[in-house]
Amino acid sequence: MSTMADPYRLPVDPVGRFSPGWWAMVLVIATEAMFFVYLLFGYLYLDSLARGAWPPEGPPRLTLAAPNTVLLLASSGTTWWAEREITRGAIGRFRIGLLVTFILGASFLGIQGLEYARERFTPSSHAYGSLFFTITGFHAAHVAVGLLMLLVVQLRAAFGHFDARRHLAVANVTMYWHFVDAVWVVVFTTLYLLPNLG
Amino acid sequence: MTTGTTPVPLDERLTRLWRTAPGVYGVFATVDHKVIGRRYLVTSVVFLLLGGIEAALLRVQLATSGMRLLSPAMYDAVFTMHGLTMIFWYAAPVLSGFSNYLWPLMLGARDMACPRANALSYWTFLMSGIFLYTSVLLGQMPDAGWFAYAPLTGIAYSPGLRMDFYAIGLVFLGVSTTVGAVNFLVTIFRTRAPGMSLDRMPIFVWGTLTTSFAVLAATPALTVACAFLYLDRRAGTRFYDAAAGGSALLWQHLFWSFGHPWVYIVVLPAMGMISDLIPTFCRRPLVGYPFVALATVSTGILGFGVWVHHMFATGIPPVATSFFSAASMVITIPSAVAVFAWLATMWHGRPVLRTPMLFAAGFIVLFVIGGVSGVVTGSVAYDWQVTDTYFVVAHLHYVLIGINVFAVLAGFYYWFPKMTGRMLDERLGRVNFWLMFIGFGVGFFPMHTLGLAGMPRRIYSYHPGLGWEWQNLWVTIGSFVFALGIAAFLVNVVYSLRRGAEAGANPWDAPTLEWAVPSPPPPHNFERIPIVASRHPLWEERLSPDAPRTQLEGPALDAGRDTPGTTALDAEADEVLRMPEDTLWPFALALTLLVICYGLVAGRWWLAAAGAIGLAATIVGWFWPVRHQPSGAAT
Repeated sequence: MSTMADPYRLPVDPVGRFSPGWWAMVLVIATEAMFFVYLLFGYLYLDSLARGAWPPEGPPRLTLAAPNTVLLLASSGTTWWAEREITRGAIGRFRIGLLVTFILGASFLGIQGLEYARERFTPSSHAYGSLFFTITGFHAAHVAVGLLMLLVVQLRAAFGHFDARRHLAVANVTMYWHFVDAVWVVVFTTLYLLPNLG
Repeated sequence: MTTGTTPVPLDERLTRLWRTAPGVYGVFATVDHKVIGRRYLVTSVVFLLLGGIEAALLRVQLATSGMRLLSPAMYDAVFTMHGLTMIFWYAAPVLSGFSNYLWPLMLGARDMACPRANALSYWTFLMSGIFLYTSVLLGQMPDAGWFAYAPLTGIAYSPGLRMDFYAIGLVFLGVSTTVGAVNFLVTIFRTRAPGMSLDRMPIFVWGTLTTSFAVLAATPALTVACAFLYLDRRAGTRFYDAAAGGSALLWQHLFWSFGHPWVYIVVLPAMGMISDLIPTFCRRPLVGYPFVALATVSTGILGFGVWVHHMFATGIPPVATSFFSAASMVITIPSAVAVFAWLATMWHGRPVLRTPMLFAAGFIVLFVIGGVSGVVTGSVAYDWQVTDTYFVVAHLHYVLIGINVFAVLAGFYYWFPKMTGRMLDERLGRVNFWLMFIGFGVGFFPMHTLGLAGMPRRIYSYHPGLGWEWQNLWVTIGSFVFALGIAAFLVNVVYSLRRGAEAGANPWDAPTLEWAVPSPPPPHNFERIPIVASRHPLWEERLSPDAPRTQLEGPALDAGRDTPGTTALDAEADEVLRMPEDTLWPFALALTLLVICYGLVAGRWWLAAAGAIGLAATIVGWFWPVRHQPSGAAT
């Protein structure tokens, strides 16, 4: 406690794990994760009650979804790389990493839109259709929010807001982006892989 | 730190740094936890009164058979609004108000960890309430009960906008609750005073800590349930449509996965307030502090494993009902731990029967009765007998009024002097207590027997000759006596704000940190950061004269809006947090959410889209960094 006698030996307004913003992001992600848990509970519950085939039109095709998953996972890699570069102070590479992540994320949404257009059912066809479009739709909304965050971070980087030490917003956006990708792995496994295995 | 030849006194320098800007700007821009806490308290009491007026209408309608005050449809709307208002817009927010006001004072900090998020949680709370009550102006009040079972809530059975107001309003309020919970948790993790280790926190803080985790884990279930409902009604999805592979029970599972934890969310902080106030009035520390803290946490965890006991009568297999029945019984153990700790504290202490203590004692009586009527309905066989009868209505009112309202009144009488600098009047306080306690017993106890006599809940009237008349009359008389008690409280507040005795810093000779600062506290709370050495910083001299003392004269931290940042477990200082200044972003963000909600309920997609664009812009503005003033103290 002797440090408190001269408090200014302590860092003022620090970043990373010392910042309230970092903790707040962890907790927001925790409650968002629960949101997807309840969505998937809804899916599995109605699956368990289903009398006929589940999904009614047969298992979803993986032709688009599987490569799309690879795309999204790759974007986690690029965002990881971008964050590593900012901690080394390499702003230029960091911004390239962000840009590539953005392109990968946007492509994911585009391909998902393509898949939506090809589906043989709609959200109103049956409860499965409602679940399929709502769960993947909520995930897509999270990707869209992530894209918006990446844009803002890109803009702030252009204004010179970040350096090797101070980049809390980058850490938070990266954490959120990894979360969105991790959720997709669970959604993909539940909605796409399990019916194809069964 | 000081410049020039005539240094400004520390107190004044800190006040200049921390005070809210004057005028209209300050009203909308403040981030002071004490202002936000007071607003939370006042707003939730307004909702208590609205819900109370609705209750009065219901009780007049049921006072005797064949009353014609409310039509059947209006009766449905009024009891739904009563439940929604009381459970969602009063019971939890009022506790958030106490937490917001008291936490930094109890924990030795100058503000909550996320002051702007704090402002946001208040504005969204207020605006979601305005949104819900817009339905009254439009004559479109939700009318399917506060737990709104599918399929009655579907567009086929409930056309119009009623259940859209329900679904969107609850999601909107969920934003407020979630933001609040995040703020509480970060506050615990980062901004306790040095030395305020976990085992030195007041039990009230443990209560809100537990409920904040519960909020983060449970609220998404309600959000999902309401999103499904809204999509079913407005976008043609089939989640709750059994004919298309959906299920009405999906709603019940999601709703009660949220709903039962919510019960603990609205009682655990209230139990915590009682645990902190009983020691002051029994003149000794709480008996079994670690057990009460652990009981609080374990109740919160067990609360997630009992939701099916709301669904015993839905035809669920016996294996499931048996499991959830057993789990429900287990909850009695931590509850009993708390009750016996309170009794032991009173037994070993010297109780002083001032008004807060009267309410605390009344609280314990009602808690035990409500607990017993709860644990019996945890048994499947008994539940089948009384489900959907007035017995359940009796139980839930004993729990919600007994454990929430009585504790809240105790809290008001206890902390009002801290908030305003004046004591509430003791004589009026006693009148207040006895009116409420007697009114409650007269009004709500007969509901048990009415339920056993077979009176179903949610009936707008009943036939004469069923033997229910005189008991219903008792219920109505009792609830009006209870309402008189609430009126006495309001009179007391108005009277004491002007004429109340001066309180001083510590009128109750209480042990915790909030009583170390002046009443009402200055904008910066603590002139010097306390360094805490025990659970009872203000009783150390008497409890353990030889142990190290809490230092109330720690560092000043006066270079900016600064408060110490400390580690999560042991509260060792590891940084200085520079806190945000007044800002309009939280208010603006809440407004854009309100616009989105109106757009969604009216089906005006352009309006919702405009709100969403505004929302995105607001968030960008919020997080765009502000250059810190070099030092506000110099200006």
